[in-house]
Amino acid sequence: MIRFEKRLHTPRWLTVGVPFMALVIALLFAAIVLLVTGHSPIETYAKMFEASVTNTGAFSASLTNATPLLFTGLCAAAAFRMRLWNIGGEGQLYAGAVAASGAGLLLGGSGAGVAVPVMIVAGMAAGAAWGAIPGILRAYLHTNEILTSLMLNYIAGLGMYYLIFDSSSYWRELESPSAKVFPEGKILSSTEWWPALHLGSVTVPLGLVIGIAFAAGLFVLYRATRFGFKIRVVADSPTAGRYAGLPTKRLVVAVMLISGALAGIGGASQIGDFTHSLDPVGLEGAAYGYTGIVVAALARLNPLGAIASALFLGALASAGLQLQGQLFPVGLVGIIEGIVLFCMVGSEILFRYRIRLRLSRRGRGAVVASEAAATAPATGTTSAAIVEGVQQ
Amino acid sequence: MTVDSQATRPPAISARAVTRRFPGVIANDKVSLDVMPGQIHGLLGENGSGKTTLCKMLTGLYRPDEGEILIDGKPVELRSPSDAFEYGIFMVQQHFSLIDSLTVAENLVLGWTPHSQMRFDRKQAEREVAEAAEKFNIQVDSSAYVWQLSVGERQRVEILRALYRGARILILDEPTTALVPQECDELFASMASLAGSDHSIIFISHKLREVMTCCDYVTVLRHGQRVGTVEMTEESRQPRRLAQLMVGREVVLERKTATTARDQGDAVLELAGVSAANDFGRLRVNDVSLSVHAGEIVGIAGVAGNGQVELAEAISGLRRRTAGEITVGGKTVRNHDPRSAIRAGLAYIPEDRLGVGLAPGLTITDNIMLKSFGGKAYSKGPFLSHRKARARTDELLERFGVKGKADDLVRELSGGNAQKVLLARELSDEPAALVIASPTRGLDVAAIESVRELLVKVAADGAGILLISEDLDEVLDLSDRIAVMYEGKIMGVLDREGAELDELGMLMAGIEVAA
Repeated sequence: MIRFEKRLHTPRWLTVGVPFMALVIALLFAAIVLLVTGHSPIETYAKMFEASVTNTGAFSASLTNATPLLFTGLCAAAAFRMRLWNIGGEGQLYAGAVAASGAGLLLGGSGAGVAVPVMIVAGMAAGAAWGAIPGILRAYLHTNEILTSLMLNYIAGLGMYYLIFDSSSYWRELESPSAKVFPEGKILSSTEWWPALHLGSVTVPLGLVIGIAFAAGLFVLYRATRFGFKIRVVADSPTAGRYAGLPTKRLVVAVMLISGALAGIGGASQIGDFTHSLDPVGLEGAAYGYTGIVVAALARLNPLGAIASALFLGALASAGLQLQGQLFPVGLVGIIEGIVLFCMVGSEILFRYRIRLRLSRRGRGAVVASEAAATAPATGTTSAAIVEGVQQ
Repeated sequence: MTVDSQATRPPAISARAVTRRFPGVIANDKVSLDVMPGQIHGLLGENGSGKTTLCKMLTGLYRPDEGEILIDGKPVELRSPSDAFEYGIFMVQQHFSLIDSLTVAENLVLGWTPHSQMRFDRKQAEREVAEAAEKFNIQVDSSAYVWQLSVGERQRVEILRALYRGARILILDEPTTALVPQECDELFASMASLAGSDHSIIFISHKLREVMTCCDYVTVLRHGQRVGTVEMTEESRQPRRLAQLMVGREVVLERKTATTARDQGDAVLELAGVSAANDFGRLRVNDVSLSVHAGEIVGIAGVAGNGQVELAEAISGLRRRTAGEITVGGKTVRNHDPRSAIRAGLAYIPEDRLGVGLAPGLTITDNIMLKSFGGKAYSKGPFLSHRKARARTDELLERFGVKGKADDLVRELSGGNAQKVLLARELSDEPAALVIASPTRGLDVAAIESVRELLVKVAADGAGILLISEDLDEVLDLSDRIAVMYEGKIMGVLDREGAELDELGMLMAGIEVAA
């Protein structure tokens, strides 16, 4: 019988040990799938590593994938820290993209020095405003922020489609020949494109650098400031927060503003760094907002951890893209990615629980307690990394 | 009962050196217990001393790792509660297991119907139950619905159910927790009459006074070990002796003189016509006016659920007042605004320590600065100074004798230490008034004593204390004046000097007493 026991203390080494072991176990499971479908696991994994890290331009592509995920990951982490389940990162990113592309188009030729800060501020403001809606509803009308923030994603998405496909809006390109065939967003003049950093052969998007700066800022905000302290109190016990005289409602709105603003910069970075025009189909297809929730979960809501998990998921996406081909169907790529995420997110439970294996009926006989380093709980297997005998 | 007849009979139930281990702790370490037929045997011990574990083994919920259990002198193996039932062992839990919407008779026969037919004969069941009630001399109305009954009556039904099902050995787990004094006396009378008819009773309690009143023998457990078994004779009926056994050292109890001579200063907490509703909109605090002076402890006595919790919350600003004014240290406190109460100098220690008074998932340091982190003492600009907070916390932990380190999580603390952390925070700012609810609930004897001493000292230093407690002894021991609350109203305010237990009991039961 397998039992879960609550941990009183979480040893530090688990922070690195659990995800690492989870990845190893995931790769073992995926290897079974690969063998069954007639692929060599070693070869496949080697190819994945090359495609995400070592090939020419592969690492740059991974960084590109990671950039929006870092922002939506921070968006989710910022809110989840206070147990506000903002899953509206998607819509908040759209709002940021719309505002930033509008701002970029308006500036028209004033150069990156002006465009970058203006677009960031525009993206933040729009994302924050979109995030504030579920925040205010939650704080003052006790609505469920999961539902409202989710629904607002669809509204933002449809709004974006309206701007490009169903109206002659400021965002839509109406002149070029290709745009007459298929509607598309107006392209920012190249003076407003965000510059990238070139470190040797690796290209680092400016958005990623900004994202890392914001991750550090969020880390400090939550860890060292009075504001962060209030968030910690309310997250742990809202009643204790009210008891201590904290303005819990205003804190809910403030956190949703911060959360939405972070996703909003992600939207701005998409426009400034990569697409340079508002592209509803691409943004919606990428679903950065939802993947951001996975980023935050993998990072255990730590903003600095979100940098690592965004890079990991970015690399996984590059690897998956390269892998698919005639002999390697998309579905199989999805299965491998799914197994990896399932094991890594699922292993989170080991931070809070220990696994005990009982090889007995009715509490008699030998009891083997094992502290499993990592496992996929639902599959019902345990890796007995450490076996501690029970004094009998 | 006659002594010589007992000498020849084996104990009705006994445990021989039973040991039960849980991961990391030995809950019972070679504990032995003998309960004779017709004996009322008290089981006394602090929280975590192993009383419950022992009883769970006697009722078949746990099996002993070592040692054996004997019934009528013969070793038995109790594999499940139903095995224990067959030997006539029943336990009446603290939380009743009766179904409100059924009658007493229906509850008693439920799952135990001797009638084999499909049809349920209510009349016959009521008759049988009434017969049983008469036989065991327990007064209940077998056709009444359980929701109509008071707590004391429900408890009698629980006991009657056990007897109806053939109990010979009854285990009562803290049966007096929710009873008013009169109901306690009735319970003790029933217990005595059952003992007279050869039933054995194991009576679990924290409360020395009750154990001394009703038990023939008392076994004291401490840290999972049996400290001793004492026969209750005239000279052993002394709280000091038993308390000493329980705690393992001498404790000071019954300090009835310390509070009387205090000077009464200005009113530091004044309530004028305060009313408040519960979460479902029902009026639970009804026009309460009361004042607490500097240096004074005013106790609020009452059976649980008569609006005490809501009153405390209304004063602290956690609950909205529907009417009335509150002033603390002469400053008016804004309605439904905890911050305003804190600024006026009100300290509040809620009944629910973890979750309201303390954030359980945060460290002791975080909790110490919970109300004052904004001040210069802990912060610099927008940043918190962890160094200053740690230093302050270490100092307070030392001063209030908390066993714990600044970085420990509050939820890992024992009840007593958590309460001391709460007291340390609330009292370190020298409040004008303190509202404290159930200050010693769930604490062990040593912690109870140190908390009570602290309260007396705080009052002596000039704060006014409003003490809300269901433990009447505690209210009597500590208060200068006692206000009795019943259904949201203050039934009367008595000076402690002249307070009679009977009169208090009547007020607590809602019976007006002519002044």
